[in-house]
Amino acid sequence: MTALGVIGFSSPWLLLGLLALPLLVLLLRAVPPAPLKRRFPGVALLLGLQDRDAQSDRTPWWLLLLRLLAVAGAIIGFAGPVLNPQTGLTGSDPLLIVVDGTWADATDWSARRAVISDKLAEAGRAGRPAALVNLTDLPPEGPNFQTADAVARGLAGFTPNPWEPDLDRATAWAATLSGAFETYWVSDGLDRPERQELLTALQARGPVQVYQPLRPLVALRPARFADGTVSLTAVRLGADTDSTVAAIGLDPAGTERQLATAPLAWTGTEGTASFDLPPELRNRITRFELVGQDSAGAVALTDDSLKRREVALVPFTTTSEGLRLLSPLHYLRQALVPTTDLIEGPLADVIPANPDVIALADVAQLPAADAQALLAWVEQGGLLLRFAGPRLAAADMAATTTDPLLPVRLRSGGRSVGGTMSWGEPKSIAPFDADSPFFGLTIPGDVVVNSQVVAQPGPDLADRVIAQLTDGTPLITRSTYGAGQIVLFHITANAEWSSLPLSGLFVQMLDRLAVSTRSDLPDIGSLTGTVWKPQTLMDGFGTLQDAADRPGVAGERLAMGQVGADLPPGLYAEGDRVVAVNAITPDRTLTVATWPATVTVDTGEAPRQVDLMGPLLAVALALLIVDVVATLALSGRLIGAALVLLSFGALSHPDSSHAQSVDEFALMATSEVVLAHVLTGNAQVDDMAQAGLFGLSDTLLRRTSVEPGTPLGVDIERDELAFFPLLYWPITVDQPLPSQAAYDKLNRYMATGGMILFDTRDGDRDVLGSQTPEGQKLRAIAAGLSIPPLERIPADHVLTRTFYLLQDFPGRYNAPALWVEAADPNAELIEGMPFRNLNDGVTPVVIGGNDWAAAWAISPQGMYLFPVGRGAAGERQREIAYRFGVNLVMHVLTGNYKSDQVHVPALLDRLGQ
Amino acid sequence: MTDPLALRAGAESLAAPLPALLAQADHLAASVILGDHGRRRAGTGDTFWQYRPAQSHDEARMIDWRRSARSDAAFVQEKEWQIAQTVMLWVDRSASMQFAAGDRPSKADRANLLALATAIVLLRGGERVGLTGQTVPARRGHAQSQILAQALLDGQTGDYGHPDTRGLLPHSRAMFVSDFLGDFDMIEAAMLQAADGGIKGALVQVLDPQEIDFPFDGRTIFESMQGSLRHETLKAGDLRAAYLSRLAQRQDRLAELARITGWQFHIHHTGQSAAQTLLRIYGALSRGTR
Repeated sequence: MTALGVIGFSSPWLLLGLLALPLLVLLLRAVPPAPLKRRFPGVALLLGLQDRDAQSDRTPWWLLLLRLLAVAGAIIGFAGPVLNPQTGLTGSDPLLIVVDGTWADATDWSARRAVISDKLAEAGRAGRPAALVNLTDLPPEGPNFQTADAVARGLAGFTPNPWEPDLDRATAWAATLSGAFETYWVSDGLDRPERQELLTALQARGPVQVYQPLRPLVALRPARFADGTVSLTAVRLGADTDSTVAAIGLDPAGTERQLATAPLAWTGTEGTASFDLPPELRNRITRFELVGQDSAGAVALTDDSLKRREVALVPFTTTSEGLRLLSPLHYLRQALVPTTDLIEGPLADVIPANPDVIALADVAQLPAADAQALLAWVEQGGLLLRFAGPRLAAADMAATTTDPLLPVRLRSGGRSVGGTMSWGEPKSIAPFDADSPFFGLTIPGDVVVNSQVVAQPGPDLADRVIAQLTDGTPLITRSTYGAGQIVLFHITANAEWSSLPLSGLFVQMLDRLAVSTRSDLPDIGSLTGTVWKPQTLMDGFGTLQDAADRPGVAGERLAMGQVGADLPPGLYAEGDRVVAVNAITPDRTLTVATWPATVTVDTGEAPRQVDLMGPLLAVALALLIVDVVATLALSGRLIGAALVLLSFGALSHPDSSHAQSVDEFALMATSEVVLAHVLTGNAQVDDMAQAGLFGLSDTLLRRTSVEPGTPLGVDIERDELAFFPLLYWPITVDQPLPSQAAYDKLNRYMATGGMILFDTRDGDRDVLGSQTPEGQKLRAIAAGLSIPPLERIPADHVLTRTFYLLQDFPGRYNAPALWVEAADPNAELIEGMPFRNLNDGVTPVVIGGNDWAAAWAISPQGMYLFPVGRGAAGERQREIAYRFGVNLVMHVLTGNYKSDQVHVPALLDRLGQ
Repeated sequence: MTDPLALRAGAESLAAPLPALLAQADHLAASVILGDHGRRRAGTGDTFWQYRPAQSHDEARMIDWRRSARSDAAFVQEKEWQIAQTVMLWVDRSASMQFAAGDRPSKADRANLLALATAIVLLRGGERVGLTGQTVPARRGHAQSQILAQALLDGQTGDYGHPDTRGLLPHSRAMFVSDFLGDFDMIEAAMLQAADGGIKGALVQVLDPQEIDFPFDGRTIFESMQGSLRHETLKAGDLRAAYLSRLAQRQDRLAELARITGWQFHIHHTGQSAAQTLLRIYGALSRGTR
């Protein structure tokens, strides 16, 4: 590239073409515009006239200048001019573009991609091979150097990852590279301790340039729940930013939306936001986001740790006066208070609250109504947690009958080991089976059981045991019922029968049973041996995607916490438990990466390189167009050319002439009575409607004093309807529904005396009503119209006698159903006639399916277009169809005039004649 | 409009709204052929003129007994004297009349239409109509219009035409329809010759709007319809003023010529409605009839 000041040229040799311009001047001056030959009788009067001057014999100077500029513009344009050419990459070695590709890149990823694209274009212009490497997704082998164009093609699918690069691995990878290349490092701006080693390894291969724009960056740490509020902290890099945190979750309708927002209050580089939300709302939150930042670092997913389960504790009786520490529920309460919302009360009170868990401590017998309600609640998915006790042991009903609210049948009395009155040592708990939910929990040595209730042996007992004593006696049993489950601890909930409630194991057990929820990530111990299945995963932009096909992640890996390619941020589930893995760890801090002086850092502040080739060629083209216009003007053909262009424009935009044709349309529609049909978009149906109305108009002209003009097709979206007394609307299955504006127009039309004749044209198929496709379409169309109540046309309707006396209304078909506006049921009966007087008694709609247009249709020569029926009967049917059309037009034009005629004798009588 | 039937249909519809045109009937003393022109004096004819008392020279059969029975004297019924007029038409059929621009009809079409419509009106009024040049002699009757339509469509060579005065009857009436763009001396000679025969009538100049507006620009070569005349210009727009003044001059001279010979001069352009001009011809030919 050759640079001339701020403009450089990629092919400067083409500029030599400018030297040819003087030659062009000579050529153009020699050729004047060609003359035009015209036949014109008036030439007899022109003979002998002289031109005033011979100027246009030569090309005018300004036209010459125009053409020179156009050619010069084209020459310079093809020479490839570039404004502010960047001379940064001067080498001829292959170019390696290294991208951090982390969540921190995501907020301004499009700008970064543009920079990468620029660099690739530059490498392409210099003919250098290039390669693109994402540090968060290292290629297994060395970089694959290709032509810059090929690399640029893959750029569209190049996205950042939500995790951070493993720079140790990257350094080892860089050390394996060989050969010389130049490196362009697009940095995300975050400092990492191993960066220097990677830089050194890359510098060993060639010069390194860094692109690191200065821009603010905010990262959101995971949410914490404390003291009834959810608090979030954010860390930032760079200037002050007003950031807002939004809590996002499903609303009661199941739609994801923003549930609450809170501003971040900054102190130094750390900002906090807190949400004080009611538990119902809080439990709905699925994630927190920094508003306006598209980055995985700006999203904090929430999991069980925010969800507070509602646990109902039901004591045996609220009136019992025992010492607090002896209360069967005390330890349970202590274990659950930090992590759940507790409610206490009698069973009848807590079931309507629909808690997640109901704990019954030593309750043997429930009233039948309560038992029913409890069973229904369990069936809906509740977890019933029961503890044994003296009362349960004493109740012997359980031994003989199967209580659905107990997972197993119990022997009466229970047993006691290692007590003062019994033999043997207190029993300890056996290690948990692999299929037990408690698998992997460590059992403290000092947990012993003194007394318990004993399960009745049975075929299904073994399946229901989830914890047992060292001698094999079931300690905890579980059964499912409906969508819920019932868990029975065969010991008391207090320390009377065992020391289990005193131990930490008790809390962990409740956690595993999803009775309580943990406040933090489970420790390694409780994660060991579990496999977590990803549910949703986050990409670099913080967008959540379903992770249905991803393999599970071992609990140990989850406990390490460091997100990476094998543990992308997202939600992971195991059984009922869900853990959120976020891109930002709770102790994450941000520091700006600083680079040694040997590296040039591009902060993106320098003026961008602009390719001028396109604009210059566009200018040259525009000049050539001006030249065409000017040449036409010189030879007097401009107006003709403009007319040609205009007519093309009119052809391609038929609507543009609509404004002028509105008046024309109005004149056509109003200078005579004009029947109209609605254009359906189906050319065949429209033609038939036109021909039908033409035939009807012809009949009206010959038989009546109505002399209609040529019928018009009406576009209900565009045309004014008020001019037409009658609209014929054939229904086709594929016609579009009218817009709201068109509906308004139609409703106004009908309310002010217009009539629409709907024709479903299905009289041959429609036997039982509107079950044909056309009938359904009519329903869809009519849904937006304010159509009054309809009735089958009564035998005394005025439509039966406005001109002819009719009782049938056939068209091409002769289905009897014809629907008109129903008479007011309260209408006064005058001589047996309901008195219709709205809109002068004209029904706004007539609905039928007899395909009248086909029966009326005639060609311009007066031939019938469609056959009706057979023989003389068919001709009679066509005649009746015409008579119906005449009656219809008469009805709409004269209103209830014919209706009044029947009262003439009464009127004359009243006038004293 | 090359079909005589179509030409006649068009002319009939154009002539339909006008009442029978009765050509001006002065200086018709020499013509003795009976026609529908009342002379406002007693004579031979069909329509009632007046009752006069019977004179001694009146024969008894001439007495109108019905009138005489109402009084004591005898009366004779007199009829109005009626004579027919002869109108000769000349329509320019040269190549220059074939000029048409845009979707307008050619000048020849319009000239034929005007001439035939006039002829139909005249025939309906009982006049005798023919073409000059001894092609179609003047006759009465409806059938003559078909003969005229046929003859009007016969082509003629030559770039420009001038009136043909052969076959003009003295003291009859005539109508010349042309663009009058040809040699003015020939036109003048024909007109003077007609005037010498005591003939009066109407000159109708039919022009295309392009010939009136001269809407040309740029470098142009103008040619007459058959190419006999040719003029090249570099800036047609500059010639507009000169052309228009020459056209006005030609029209002034035609008007002057018409004035001194007692003719009527009308300018019609094909963008206009034909009915309007027919109305003016009607006015010109019927002026002073009664």
